[in-house]
Amino acid sequence: MVLSAADKNNVKTTWDKIGGHAAEYVAEGLTRMFTSFPTTKTYFHHIDVSPGSGDIKAHGKKVADALTTAVGHLDDLPTALSTLSDVHAHKLRVDPVNFKFLNHCLLVTLAAHLGADFTPSIHASLDKFFASVSTVLTSKYR
Amino acid sequence: VHLTAAEKSAILDLWGKVNVGEIGAEALGRLLVVYPWTQRFFEKFGDLSSASAIMSNAHVKSHGAKVLASFSEGLKHLEDLKGTFAKLSELHCDKLHVDPENFRLLGNMIVIALAHHHPSEFTPCTQAAFQKVTAGVANALAHKYH
Repeated sequence: MVLSAADKNNVKTTWDKIGGHAAEYVAEGLTRMFTSFPTTKTYFHHIDVSPGSGDIKAHGKKVADALTTAVGHLDDLPTALSTLSDVHAHKLRVDPVNFKFLNHCLLVTLAAHLGADFTPSIHASLDKFFASVSTVLTSKYR
Repeated sequence: VHLTAAEKSAILDLWGKVNVGEIGAEALGRLLVVYPWTQRFFEKFGDLSSASAIMSNAHVKSHGAKVLASFSEGLKHLEDLKGTFAKLSELHCDKLHVDPENFRLLGNMIVIALAHHHPSEFTPCTQAAFQKVTAGVANALAHKYH
């Protein structure tokens, strides 16, 4: 799957619109994921995953910052995310199925907050973007 | 599906506000836009060449409304989704030849359409309740496959 020029433009425009809310939205996405897909909590037994916790806010910011980096390097995600890819492969080892759960919950969050800006085309581009990031993060698993 | 009393209540409260035709059309439209390979089942629908063509396509709107009306019926029988959707399951296997993975994809599009139209009510807990229902309906529709 390849991000077209239109997809890249959609992702950048949307990320600009999200602006300073990225950390807040990703934290909400995480909460939605832990609530709808409780098996995802197994990777976070060392932190407080209750809604609104300081740990979730911190983790939301960490993930949001990584996504912002990705948005700035859409032409070369593997290089930009190489270290994170190593971390996921060798240390975190999150089963690949879980990336789909987080991606879906991020889309639900954006659908709720972006209103009319969450058009079907934007939705499609974002889905492809999140899937591309997930592919890079799981690319060194074996 | 196993729903708590609070979850059942959240589902029925929100569903009372839902425009079934509108959500159905949006969910099916988004499925065809975001996962274009799903268009394989709808070759007779005419122009699906762009996102705007898909979202304004009369066949898509009417079929989306029909699918969601059926889903709506299922909400009245949450303790026996397999029984409720048995005939539809046979139809989707034997006549329509639809891979059940598509039911999961459409279920997620229904969830996204609900979040889009009812942002303040579609809290994480309400979403979780709907994820259980859409998973239950998808499993029920796949149950008779052979």
